[in-house]
Amino acid sequence: MDFRVNEDQAALQEGIRSFCEGRVSIEQLRELEGKGFESELWSELAEMGVFGLRLPEADGGVGLGTADAVLVFEELGKALVPGPLAWTHLAAGLVDGAADGTAVVGGLDLSDGHGAPYIIEHFENLDVLLLLYADRIERVAPKALDAKPVATPLDPLTPIFEVSEIPEGEVIGGAEDAQRMRFEGAVLVSGQLLGITETTLAMSLEYTKGREQFNRPIGGFQALKHIMADCFVRQEATRAVVYAAGATIDDPLAGDVSRAVSSAKAMAGESAWKNSRAAVQLHGGMGFTWEVPVHYYLKRTRVLENVFGTSEEHADALAEGLGQAVA
Amino acid sequence: MDLRYSEADEKFRAELGAWLKEAVPAHGKAPSIHDWPGRRAYDTGWQRKLFDAGYAGVNWPKEYGGRDATLTEQLVYYEEIARAHAPYVGVNFVGMLHGGPTVITEGTEQQKAKHIPRILRGEEVWCQGFSEPVAGSDLAALQTRAVRDGDVYRVTGHKIWTSFAQVSDYCELLVRTNPDASKHKGISWLIMPMDLPGIDIRPLPTIIGDSDFSEVFLEDVPVPVENLVGEENDGWRVTNVTLRFERGTAFASEMYQLQESLRDVVEIAKRVTRHGVVVWEDRALRREVGHLQSELDSLWAMMKLSVSETAQTGMPGLGASAIKLYYTELYQRVCELALGVLGRAGLAREDVGGLPTQDALRRMLNSLSLTIAGGTSQVQRNIISERILGLPREPR
Repeated sequence: MDFRVNEDQAALQEGIRSFCEGRVSIEQLRELEGKGFESELWSELAEMGVFGLRLPEADGGVGLGTADAVLVFEELGKALVPGPLAWTHLAAGLVDGAADGTAVVGGLDLSDGHGAPYIIEHFENLDVLLLLYADRIERVAPKALDAKPVATPLDPLTPIFEVSEIPEGEVIGGAEDAQRMRFEGAVLVSGQLLGITETTLAMSLEYTKGREQFNRPIGGFQALKHIMADCFVRQEATRAVVYAAGATIDDPLAGDVSRAVSSAKAMAGESAWKNSRAAVQLHGGMGFTWEVPVHYYLKRTRVLENVFGTSEEHADALAEGLGQAVA
Repeated sequence: MDLRYSEADEKFRAELGAWLKEAVPAHGKAPSIHDWPGRRAYDTGWQRKLFDAGYAGVNWPKEYGGRDATLTEQLVYYEEIARAHAPYVGVNFVGMLHGGPTVITEGTEQQKAKHIPRILRGEEVWCQGFSEPVAGSDLAALQTRAVRDGDVYRVTGHKIWTSFAQVSDYCELLVRTNPDASKHKGISWLIMPMDLPGIDIRPLPTIIGDSDFSEVFLEDVPVPVENLVGEENDGWRVTNVTLRFERGTAFASEMYQLQESLRDVVEIAKRVTRHGVVVWEDRALRREVGHLQSELDSLWAMMKLSVSETAQTGMPGLGASAIKLYYTELYQRVCELALGVLGRAGLAREDVGGLPTQDALRRMLNSLSLTIAGGTSQVQRNIISERILGLPREPR
């Protein structure tokens, strides 16, 4: 057992990080408000291997594992990269063009059996829409749906459409594929949520070290320090459990995949929300302004929380598992 | 990111598991918490069995009789010890986890030869004389005086929170040898035999109702100078060596037990009814259990990550503070959940209605000490925010 990020993984993560820093700054994100999508950026992400990362090399992919993908998605989460990233990544190998970025793939997770309203992210940019049911995966052409845009989405970088009826699509995967997609999707999104957990703490630290009141940096007050200490603990715990879920998908003999995934998604959802909320509070009045980007993170957290199972749903699944294990 | 234990680790697990399966039942039931001679015999007897089987001092160097196990083997060791419900380290705690490792690191050859084998075999019990009424979180404010008088230090002072003082042979004692130096610079680390004249032990009953803690009053106690560990006035550094040993894999057993405690909550919830319904059917309770399961898994993953890092650097990182903080607060949440599920049955400190109330209540009460002992949660938050996050320091 050596649970550390290895050298290749660190290099992979560093590559994505520097790409995001140069290409997806907060200023550039502001430009994307209301759109949330840029085709050049999408092509560049494809070129970086974001979508084909786990596709075998023989099929034109990078041939890496889920643990590696988690590190990439952590960086995408930190930088708030917009778009249906996880869906397109999951569609690689299943939908032509997903891996190389020529097909933008979105999805709707119906596996939890929830009814209307059906909200679909990034609908107008999609070439293919996946419908994830508990027992199958279907694909539909977006134009087959009667979708109307929601003028004011919560996340200004994630446009949404409301769909009233779900048409029947072409079945492209069975129950096992559906379950695998749900697990993998939950772990990738947990990676993004981990990134948000980390970045919001970093922002709080930077702000409270620089902001002075009563002639001292406010970060020196214990009432604030202790909030940030708790944010740090949450970040470290989340990092560990999310990495563990990725590693367990890659090596199912190392643990119980379903439990590892649910623990990761439940924890990551809670942590991203708590750390972004803390960031709003720690930025004081500035945290309540549109200008300070903390709200982007808070809002993106809600988008990511509500896909591939909410924290509550994963907590329920964990309780169910424990209840079965105890006679 | 390799999570799987190696074949060697699994082989070690199988051997240890097989041994524990025989040895634990054979060791019998733990004596009453008030039976001090019985407790000493029980705990040291178990230590001897560990020694004879080659499992004593898993983290101790081989040259001192330890197993010098790799960190992952240690993790396996603590998992198996907890799984088998083996006796807790008990009265051997200070010797095995604090005093012994400090003597190994800082002691003279004579000191090592005299104490280390006996601690390892369960023949010598140690206690800790660090805290004082005026020196708690601010340990370096300690005032117990030691004045050199020929071959002895004459020690006078008042120690508190000394566990197992009643049955100890030696005390790892912090004293002030130079009252004129700044507070961290005048401290020395002594091995005090507990049978010297001038030592008065007064048990301090805890909220559990046991008397594991004592106050220890020292009046002109003649501690031989040869019992000084490290240099005179260098005791603060020596102490920090000891404290570092506390922050490795030591919580692993308790973390494993915490998982069992959560299972116990589920088991109890399946057996009690409220409003005519089995409590486990309460969706809010199940959700809380689910969230705690997610957090326990996170804690365990954190431990594995920390062990993997420590295995490389050789030194537990500052992240250990985060683990301690998280573990102790999670522990309390699990215990409180159990209390809620027990309802009125939880008014009893003994088993009622066939429910394991005694254990649940003891654990709940004991859990309240965890966020105080070994650096309070508030001190841990200061450590994390200052030393890891780089926020401005508190005035000292």
